[in-house]
Amino acid sequence: MAPPSSRRSGFSKKAQYSLFTGYLLAGAGALLGLALLALSLWQPAAFAPLRGVASDAVTPVATGSAVARSGSQGFFESITGYFNAGQQNADLRREMELARIRLAEADAIKAENQRLKGLLALRETETKPVTMARLVGSTATSGRRLAYLSAGASQGVLPGMPVISERGVIGRVLETGRHSARVLLLTDSESVLPVRRAKDNIIAFAEGRGDGLLRIRLVNLGVNPLKVGDMMVTSGAGGYYRPGVAVAVIAKITPDGGIARLVAEPAATSFVAVEPVAQPAAVAELAEPDAPGAEAAPSPAAAASAPTAEE
Amino acid sequence: MERLDPRARSDIYGRRINRAPSPWRARSVPYLSIMAGSLVPVLLMADLMPLTPSFGFLLLLGWRMVRPGLLPQWAGAPLGAFDDLVSGQPFGSAILLWSLAMIAIELIETRFPWRGFWQDWFTAGTMAVAYWLAALMLSGASLTPEMVAVALPQALFSVLLYPILARMVASLDRFRLKRARTID
Repeated sequence: MAPPSSRRSGFSKKAQYSLFTGYLLAGAGALLGLALLALSLWQPAAFAPLRGVASDAVTPVATGSAVARSGSQGFFESITGYFNAGQQNADLRREMELARIRLAEADAIKAENQRLKGLLALRETETKPVTMARLVGSTATSGRRLAYLSAGASQGVLPGMPVISERGVIGRVLETGRHSARVLLLTDSESVLPVRRAKDNIIAFAEGRGDGLLRIRLVNLGVNPLKVGDMMVTSGAGGYYRPGVAVAVIAKITPDGGIARLVAEPAATSFVAVEPVAQPAAVAELAEPDAPGAEAAPSPAAAASAPTAEE
Repeated sequence: MERLDPRARSDIYGRRINRAPSPWRARSVPYLSIMAGSLVPVLLMADLMPLTPSFGFLLLLGWRMVRPGLLPQWAGAPLGAFDDLVSGQPFGSAILLWSLAMIAIELIETRFPWRGFWQDWFTAGTMAVAYWLAALMLSGASLTPEMVAVALPQALFSVLLYPILARMVASLDRFRLKRARTID
């Protein structure tokens, strides 16, 4: 099919000029885009208010689809449940036996823990979540892994606050709108989180790889003590997350640490809690020398200094 | 009259007599459909890897190919700005890339004025893959081999989806030009 002949300029000066103007405007648009892109790569938070308005507009629709999504997940789960009920029953029995033993052990540890805390005169503090909200959507086309949260500045959500599900860490609030917020998920390749092994104090960084797995990089190199199946929890270094929240389980060992799977997959959760920044004073102090960009994840250098201060 | 020629008084756009297309609908449908294409992926929960190609960009290509001259040359910039607000890319990346795509298609069209289905698909597929790669590189994160590996299905989908989306655009175009307004 040839283009309509009305779009050929021919000898008409007017048509030639309008064609030229079209190219000119499109070129100007591309240049404007280049300038804006350079600005937002340099200052990632520059267009946060604009994006906040857009996500506020999208969130009500997305909330509806999020409700439908969590509903349909339950539906499919109950169907698959019928198919492997027998095998699952046997497995669950065995697991429950083990869990009873572990529970008894945990009771003992809890008692010991209380005693030691009493000795240290530490006060048991309960973190009260800022708000509960749904993860309503995500950036499904982009290489970045960001999610939209159905609560924003008017519910008290501020950039930097950790987002936690009943299973473990989901991510960190990056930008807020009035009734919505953007969450940087752990799987994003710009996300860095200080972690430690749950059973001892081997500290490491959990970095997103951008493909749904986390790279665990040990701080102290040497003989790699990690094993497949080890649980990594937040260490509390850097001040954003309270210590002891589940993050990931090691799935593969590498020379400098391991590759880990998420404990709390955002797609499988319906409600998440937004918690206040665990140690605002520490965060403020660490953020002081840096530019006040919201993108600034706890940088390795900054976070590495924190655990030494803690120990 | 209708016994002689069933299309004498009506065609695919509806009845001919006493009817005219709605001007609002005729102008807004391309823009609204592209914006809706940008919004749809937001509703999915992609926590591990990118799931869908950029429907907004594919619809832009579709409208540009199916109806040359309907979208002005500069339409890539405002539509790209809207896409940037919700796509998670740094603001400006789609403004730049969509504008460049519009210019590129215009140049290709002047060079090869006679087009067909296969050539359209080839052009759109090449542009979609180029856009996919450029968007990955401009995502604001440093590009890792893992990121490219998990995003590969996205490139494949965008090439395979184009013919379907082009048919969708054609049916949207019929809806756009339906004679909805009654002239008294």
